[in-house]
Amino acid sequence: MLKKRIIPCLDIRDGRVVKGVKFENLRDSGDPVELAYRYMQEGADELVFLDITATQDARRTLIEWVKKVAEVLLIPFTVGGGIRNLSDVEAILYAGADKISINSIAVKNPQIIEEIAKQFGSQFVVVAIDTKKKENQNQVFISGGKIGTGLQTENWCKQVENLGAGEILLTSMDHDGEKNGFAIDILKKITNTVKIPVIASGGAGNVEHFLEVFQKTQVTAALAASVFHYKIIPIVELKQFLHKNSIPIRYEKN
Amino acid sequence: MIAIIDYGAGNITSIKNILKLLNLEVIITNQKELLKQADKIIFPGVGHAKYAMQKLQDYDLIEFIQNLEKPFLGICLGLQLMCTNTEEGNTKGLSIIPAKVKKLPSDDIIPHMGWNNVHYQDDTCLFKDIMQDSDFYFVHSYYVEPNEYCIAKSEYILEFCSAVQKDNFYGVQFHPEKSGNVGKKLLENFLSL
Repeated sequence: MLKKRIIPCLDIRDGRVVKGVKFENLRDSGDPVELAYRYMQEGADELVFLDITATQDARRTLIEWVKKVAEVLLIPFTVGGGIRNLSDVEAILYAGADKISINSIAVKNPQIIEEIAKQFGSQFVVVAIDTKKKENQNQVFISGGKIGTGLQTENWCKQVENLGAGEILLTSMDHDGEKNGFAIDILKKITNTVKIPVIASGGAGNVEHFLEVFQKTQVTAALAASVFHYKIIPIVELKQFLHKNSIPIRYEKN
Repeated sequence: MIAIIDYGAGNITSIKNILKLLNLEVIITNQKELLKQADKIIFPGVGHAKYAMQKLQDYDLIEFIQNLEKPFLGICLGLQLMCTNTEEGNTKGLSIIPAKVKKLPSDDIIPHMGWNNVHYQDDTCLFKDIMQDSDFYFVHSYYVEPNEYCIAKSEYILEFCSAVQKDNFYGVQFHPEKSGNVGKKLLENFLSL
């Protein structure tokens, strides 16, 4: 049986993990390589890295750490943030990332989804979508949630699927950081609309929130950042809890 | 020395990385002369079957692979190309494994992506010291039909063949290089044949 995936997300700036990560016995708590390895050992099914660097040298630094992460990580990982064109995509994939995630660029130039899917395959393209309730509608926001696009989230999800996206990473901005649970309504709606995998993001505060999103919606994965970073939820315990509650979850049996 | 066949079908960075992690001497090539010198050959593949078979033909590798006697491991599309034919682009395969490759019915989310358990036959060396029904990482839209050389099965929408063995030829539908410690163990098993 296919398992539900648990995905920690790491924000990277200038090749360093931001947000104080509280793993014990780490020589360097900001090193993406060491953290990625630790998450893998704890049972993460996949990792997502979002590069939030805004400098000119961003890309070179990014390629360097992606290569290093790929050398030690034995689980799939996605890299997103600041991807502008096909050559950025190619460089990141050949550095060893398994998927790339695009957000603002996909809204500005939807054809890029089709181009990436054609050249590298749909499974490499994750479209990240930030959604927010506005005037009783679900609307897509870009540029870190600062700019409204006027696009209706349901329509945009359908459109990215048609353009060849392999997966949707849906973040509810109304729920993000609130730790009050995932945005069940919109996730339910979107998973009933598209036939590609949807990753739930935004709102995880405790283990029950993960159970709820897997029980009430068809999402195939749930992503969170701070609850894993700050060890509010140890991944091992989360997986045991979900398993006990009959959610199909992966355990390393060896 | 381990050779990875590089025939332009997708990204081989991950498989190269894990072999390096296992301290193995690795060459990545599409040259027959170099492949002949290898002790074992890994045949990865991501992408479109038709394009991949065309590349094998361009490098004159089809007959060479069919006649190999050393351990050979096809991964994902690599496994599918070892079969007789595939519905992807209606492509003729290497016909090492007498089985058809079909598209997964669209009753559920396609591709089949994520961790799924693999139920293997007890006597297979590829899964030695790996716990029965361990989870491996899959990403695929086509599947190999159950056949007489099937050594492991998995289930998504329907039951399909997730690993094969015929003499020196091995193939897996999942990605051992992305399947954590169990995947690493499976590769070690293949490499110690």
